[in-house]
Amino acid sequence: MKVQAQEEWDLEIQPKNKLFDLQLKEVWHYRDLMWLFVKRDFVAQFKQTILGPLWHVIQPALTTMMFLLVFGKIARIPTDGIAPAAFYMAGLTIWNYFAACLTGTSGTFTANASIFGKVYFPRIVMPLSVVISNMVKFAIQFALLIIVMVYYHFNGYPIQLSANLLFIPFIVLLMAGIGLGLGIIISSVTTKYRDFAVLLSFAVQLLMYATPVIYPLSYLQGKSFRWLVDINPLSPVVESFKYVLFSKGYVDPLHMLYSIIFMLLSVGIGYIIFNRVEKSFMDTV
Amino acid sequence: MGVAIKVENLSKQYRLGKIGTGSIAHDLNKWWHTVRGKENPYLKIGETNDRSTKGNSDYVWSLKDINFEIEQGDAVGIIGRNGAGKSTLLKILSRVTGPSTGSVKVKGRIASLLEVGTGFHPELSGRENIFLNGAILGMRKAEIKKHFDTIVDFAGVERYIDTPVKRYSSGMYVRLAFAVAAHLESEILIVDEVLAVGDAEFQKKCLGKMNDVSKGEGRTVLFVSHNMASIRNLCSSGIILQNGMVRYSGNIENCIEDYTKLDIENGDYNKKHVIIDDSYRRFFASHERNIDFLSVEILNKSLNNALATNEDIILEIKIKSVKDIDGCRIAVGVNNINDTPCGVHFSEQNIEVKANEVQKLKVIFKDHQLAKGKYYFDFSIGKGNQIEGFKDFDIIHKTIFFEIAYSDIESKQMIPIWHSSWGNINFQNIEITQN
Repeated sequence: MKVQAQEEWDLEIQPKNKLFDLQLKEVWHYRDLMWLFVKRDFVAQFKQTILGPLWHVIQPALTTMMFLLVFGKIARIPTDGIAPAAFYMAGLTIWNYFAACLTGTSGTFTANASIFGKVYFPRIVMPLSVVISNMVKFAIQFALLIIVMVYYHFNGYPIQLSANLLFIPFIVLLMAGIGLGLGIIISSVTTKYRDFAVLLSFAVQLLMYATPVIYPLSYLQGKSFRWLVDINPLSPVVESFKYVLFSKGYVDPLHMLYSIIFMLLSVGIGYIIFNRVEKSFMDTV
Repeated sequence: MGVAIKVENLSKQYRLGKIGTGSIAHDLNKWWHTVRGKENPYLKIGETNDRSTKGNSDYVWSLKDINFEIEQGDAVGIIGRNGAGKSTLLKILSRVTGPSTGSVKVKGRIASLLEVGTGFHPELSGRENIFLNGAILGMRKAEIKKHFDTIVDFAGVERYIDTPVKRYSSGMYVRLAFAVAAHLESEILIVDEVLAVGDAEFQKKCLGKMNDVSKGEGRTVLFVSHNMASIRNLCSSGIILQNGMVRYSGNIENCIEDYTKLDIENGDYNKKHVIIDDSYRRFFASHERNIDFLSVEILNKSLNNALATNEDIILEIKIKSVKDIDGCRIAVGVNNINDTPCGVHFSEQNIEVKANEVQKLKVIFKDHQLAKGKYYFDFSIGKGNQIEGFKDFDIIHKTIFFEIAYSDIESKQMIPIWHSSWGNINFQNIEITQN
C-alpha cells in the first residue's frame, strides 16, 4: 500500500526528454504566460514613444514607397496589372510577418538565457508568444493594406471580392508555421555554435529576393533561374496571398502542397530538436 | 507524510574551456557513440570539482552520485562552500538544466526562486509586472488576481503600483519581486540566497514569511544559504555538499557543526594574518572604493587564535587610500561562526589617511566579555553617520577567525561548556548584592 503510493510521482527529471514527449499539457498550463509575453512585447516596444503603435504602419509605408521608386520606376518590374503600391505592400506585409517570426524565434535561447537560467517554464511558450505578437503587428499592417486597396478601388483598380479571401487565415498560419519551425531549429542549433545566427542576419534579406515579393511569379516565365524561386517553399505562400487579395497571379496546387508539407516537417522537426535542447542548453549557451 | 523529493544517483558533468572548433570534435565523437548505441565516452572521465587545483581533464563533475530523500513538509538547508555544487543541484531541481545521469522524482508542484524578479520588465508598471512575474513562476492568472491585494500590501508599494518599475528604488523593486514569489501556491519551494537583499526590516519579514511557508502550510522548502543563522532559524534538517558529493545529511544542528569543521579543515580558521582580496568584499558593491583594506593581523601570541576570556584581543589593520581623507572612522564587527552578529564598535571620526600611503591601525578589544565559542571579525571604513548621511569606503567580511577557549590568559583553565542558546556574551561586570 505504502509502496504503491510512493511510486506515483508528478514529475521525473531525467537526463533527456523523451523524443516525442511534447509536454502539451504543461504548455496549456502556461497559456496565461504566453498572452502576458505577447502583451509585454507589444506594450514595452513603444513605451516612451509619441507615435506608439503607429510605427508599425510607418515602416511598411516607407518601404513600399522605396520599392515603388526602385523596382517600379527604375527597374520597371511589372506587377501583374495590380496597383503597384498595393502589390508591394501586400508582398511586404506577408513577408514581414515571416521575417519577424523567423528572426524573433531564432534567438529564443540566446536572447532569453537570463530568464531561462533562473526559472523553468516550457520554453516553447517563448517562440509561440513571438509568433502571436507578430500576428498582432501583421493585423495592423493588413489594415493599412486594406486602406490602400480601398483607395485604389476608387482610382482605377477596382477590388474584386471573392470567396478566396477566406483562405487568408490559412495562409497566415502557413507562414507562421514555416517561420516558427525554421526559427526554433536555428535557435536550437545556435545555442552551442553561433554560426547560424550570423548567417541568418543577412540570409533573410537575400531570401526575400528569391520569393515573389517584389515581382509576380508570371514575370519569371521561361527564365533560367526560375527553379530557385520554385524550390523556395515561401514562394507559393506569398503568391497565393496576393492571389486571394487581387485575384491575379498563378498558384499551383502541387506547389502549395509542397509548402504545407515543408511547414509540417519544419514545425515537427523543430519541436523535437527544441525539446531536446531545452534540457541542456543552459550549459552551453 | 510521504517523500516529496527523491534524488537518485544524480550527477552533472560540465565541460571546461572554450566552445569552438575544438569542441566540435568531441561533439561528433559523442554523437558517433550514440549512433552505435554505446555510452557517452566522456561520462567515464572527469574529475571531482576542486576549483583550486588545476586538473588534467576538460571535464569536471559538479555533482557526483548524489542520493537523498526529502520528506513532505520538511525545511531543508543546503549548505556548502562556493563551488560545492549547491547551485547546480538547485538548477537541476528547478529544471533549468538537466542532469548528466541519474534522476529526480518529485511529488507536487515545484516553484523555484533562484533570483527575485526574474522577467521583470523595466518599462512595465508594478501591476503588469506582478502578473508577468507570477505567470513566469507558474501561477495562473486567476491565482495572481486572488493574491493581488496581499502581494501589493506585503511589498508596501501601493502608491507606485501603476508606475514603471524602472522608477522604483532598488529596495522597492526587490520587495515587490519577493512579494510575488512569497505568494506562490506550490507544494515545494526552492529558495536560493535571495534574502541577502533588501533592508533589515524586510529581510525579517521575508524570513518570517518563509517560516510560515514551511511550518504553517506544510510545504516542503529547500533553502540554500551561506548564513548559518538564517539556516538554523528556518530549517529542521540539512544537507552538506562538498566537492559535488553529499558529505553529511541530517539534523540541522549537527549539519552546522559539521560545516564549521569544514571551515576549519580548509585552513581559513586559524590564520593569524589575512591579506585582503576581493573575495572578502562579497557584500560591498559601491564603486567608490577610495580606501582599501590591505591586511588584518591578530597580534596575540596564541596557538590557533585560541584566546582567553580575560585576554585583550589585539589586531593590526593596514589600509591604503587613493586620496587624502580626514575624519574617517572604522567599524569592527564580531560575529559568531554561525553568522550571528554579536556586536559592532564604531571608532571616533579621527582617522586621517594620506594618498598612497600605507597606514597601520591598532585595535585593542579590552574586556570583550565574549562567551566560549568561535568568532570572526568584519571591518568597514567610512565617514559620517546615519543622520547626516554616511559613506563606506571599504567593507570586508569574515576576515580573522578566533576562538574563546580559556578562562585564563595562561591557557590552563579550559571553559567547560557554553550552551549556544545562552547567546554570545558572558557578562562580567555585573554586581549582585544581597541584603
